[in-house]
Amino acid sequence: MTRVAVLKGGRSLERQVSLKSGARVQDALHRLGHDVVAIDVGHDLVRRLLESAPDVAFVALHGRDGEDGTVQELLEALGIPYTGSGVSACIRCADKVIAKNHMLDAGIPTPEFFAFNETAFKELGAADALPAIEERLGFPIVVKPAGQGSALGIKFADASKDVPGALVAAFSYGDKVLLERLVRGRDLAVSVLDGEVLPVVEAMPTDEEFYDFEARYEIGRTQFVCPAELPDEVTARAQELALQVWDVLGCRGFARVDLMLCTQSNELTVLEANAIPGMTETSLLPMSADAAGIGFDALIERIVELARL
Amino acid sequence: MTIDDRDARIPGGPRSMTSAPGPRQTSRDLERYAGLFAARTKVMKSSAMRDLMALTERGDIISLAGGLPDTSSFPAASFAAIMGDVAVDSTARCLQYGPTEGLAVLKSCIAEVMAEEGTTVDPDDVLVTTGGQQVIDLVCKTLIDPGDIIIAEAPTYPGAVPTFCSYQADVIQIGLDEDGMRIGELEQTLDRLDRDGRRPKFIYTVPTFQNPGGTTMSLPRRRRLVEVVRERELLVLEDNPYGLLRYEGEPLPTLYALEGGDFVIYLGTFSKILSPGVRLGWSIGPRPVLEKMNIGKQASDLCSSSLTQLFVAAYFDSGRWQDYVHSLKEIYRRRRDVMLDALAECLGPESRWTHPQGGLFIWVTLPDYIDTTDLLALALDEHVAFVPGRAAFLDGRGASSMRLNFSGVGEADIREGVRRIGEVVREQVELYGTLTGTHEAVEAPAEPAPGEPDAELADVLHLPPAPERRAPPGAREG
Repeated sequence: MTRVAVLKGGRSLERQVSLKSGARVQDALHRLGHDVVAIDVGHDLVRRLLESAPDVAFVALHGRDGEDGTVQELLEALGIPYTGSGVSACIRCADKVIAKNHMLDAGIPTPEFFAFNETAFKELGAADALPAIEERLGFPIVVKPAGQGSALGIKFADASKDVPGALVAAFSYGDKVLLERLVRGRDLAVSVLDGEVLPVVEAMPTDEEFYDFEARYEIGRTQFVCPAELPDEVTARAQELALQVWDVLGCRGFARVDLMLCTQSNELTVLEANAIPGMTETSLLPMSADAAGIGFDALIERIVELARL
Repeated sequence: MTIDDRDARIPGGPRSMTSAPGPRQTSRDLERYAGLFAARTKVMKSSAMRDLMALTERGDIISLAGGLPDTSSFPAASFAAIMGDVAVDSTARCLQYGPTEGLAVLKSCIAEVMAEEGTTVDPDDVLVTTGGQQVIDLVCKTLIDPGDIIIAEAPTYPGAVPTFCSYQADVIQIGLDEDGMRIGELEQTLDRLDRDGRRPKFIYTVPTFQNPGGTTMSLPRRRRLVEVVRERELLVLEDNPYGLLRYEGEPLPTLYALEGGDFVIYLGTFSKILSPGVRLGWSIGPRPVLEKMNIGKQASDLCSSSLTQLFVAAYFDSGRWQDYVHSLKEIYRRRRDVMLDALAECLGPESRWTHPQGGLFIWVTLPDYIDTTDLLALALDEHVAFVPGRAAFLDGRGASSMRLNFSGVGEADIREGVRRIGEVVREQVELYGTLTGTHEAVEAPAEPAPGEPDAELADVLHLPPAPERRAPPGAREG
């Protein structure tokens, strides 16, 4: 029997999502016969980890602190093996700008973008570059906070006049934002487990304009198709890209790579990689594992086995 | 394929766990439940905002988001004594079911509360409910078929929105100003609906110290509204949780009192004058409607808690309820003043807010390029919370507004909370100025005007015009 500390909750904006992921993970660990210690991450995290002395920490946190390498760094310091990617991969995945730059360097297609921190606007006059950026990307432009998950803070600017407001909104979630060319098409996700790809999932929001927060977590808001109904070569290409991203970002254990299949060009582009994909009822990684014949409990067991320092 | 087939590779292709053969499936776990859900669940919305709001419950947050009365000033000794008496004197009744319409002893207390506001009722006509919220639910249950029209205020009570949605109502929101719902706009809307052969099932209003707007419907508008509903034979749901919490100005008659109860369904509650924990509210209105609501209540919960009904009755017996309401008013009046002063000090001239004469809320409207749902993320970093304005609309408006509550936290926290909100707003105003090359309104206001309403705020709620009506009832908000 392994003692597993499930780290969940925390202070990020995705706290509720994390609590759902954590609860499902705990249930599975109980069924698997592990000794489970649930920790809602807060000021007493280190103390509670020292007290409970787990063999493994299952990081079911999303967003700030949990997914960006902070908690992983602490676990390294405490010598507790943990699930998922290591510190450096978490840092690369959590920041969309860093992740996309790595993809660009490796020749992996990702929608064209420009990224700035607040200082660029406040002290370097980046606002004067906006017309050039708008011309280059073409409207609508997607404006995203670099470090926020679950599609929070994402705005679509349809014209120049919308861009400042969209930037103000995105900067509410962090000090770095990106302006990205909008790719219209199909939302695909490829999950990777221990360096091997799982079947592609397609998320089709039923009436939302895009795969937003509500569509992500509310049962019945999105139709999921897994394996996605795609031509074989597109499936193979999506999986190939996901593995490239996995390798380039240095992921470990498990991860999920989000892609768009452009309706117009029929080309695949990678939007981002998630170091700690959700484990909720509506999350894509468990769905995709299930389609590969790996039930939720088997998935959780496998992720625990893959825990490392 | 199982986990042990990890060596499966597509030659020359990616390492792959291919899918099991057989028919393509959507996720079974999800479909199993989702396939059973009623159509109404599609319009029962969860939202990112709700998840953010869950964060406001953290202990280290100054939450100006709730609508909580201050229950800390209720004397513990009185509570214990009354509960003790109830336990000893009425053990069996406390532990037993009661009549659906409520216990007679409580209904007398309700008549007493209503008399305090100048409304005379026969206790026998009262329907006791599980909080005021249940009245909204029962009125909808009684009157609303999917697609039926409800007229509400813009902004409206955020807690009514999920109820209206779950009955698949088509909600039309009528603008508010300092004098409450714009009756002219209401009449135009009714005319337009008439031409389309449609008729609202009821008009929902919080006329006094409106939640979330903080405004109060003027006497002329009250009279006109009553005329309109009499002429057109329409029902009104008058939601009046705060009427007794007036801090300045002269009390106004309730719509129920003005109209006489033929077309007004009245909603009252003990939540704000005693305790939301007792979960007791009430309704009074046209008898045929009340009878259906009674049947609806049987289906919902059989009866409200006997224990808390007997507690409230015993509390009223002790004859101190007016004193307690008076003490609450003193506390809330000071808190309101502190909040108004803090707003004048901390928000720039580009922001506007209401000046409530009572109740629990102030409605603040920021420049239109600020989205308060996003601002909340920033505010939570500064450990302060509010309700984003969108929560009070079904049509996507309200994005630049927020509701602030001044009853639930102490004066020091109000000052500090508003200061922090001022900081994050200033940050966004400055950033916007940088982005657009305009540096409007970054300077602090010249003179704070403590406690004074801004004379220019005739249109203090500062709403954009309502968007084009959407056809499908309960269509998702933007």
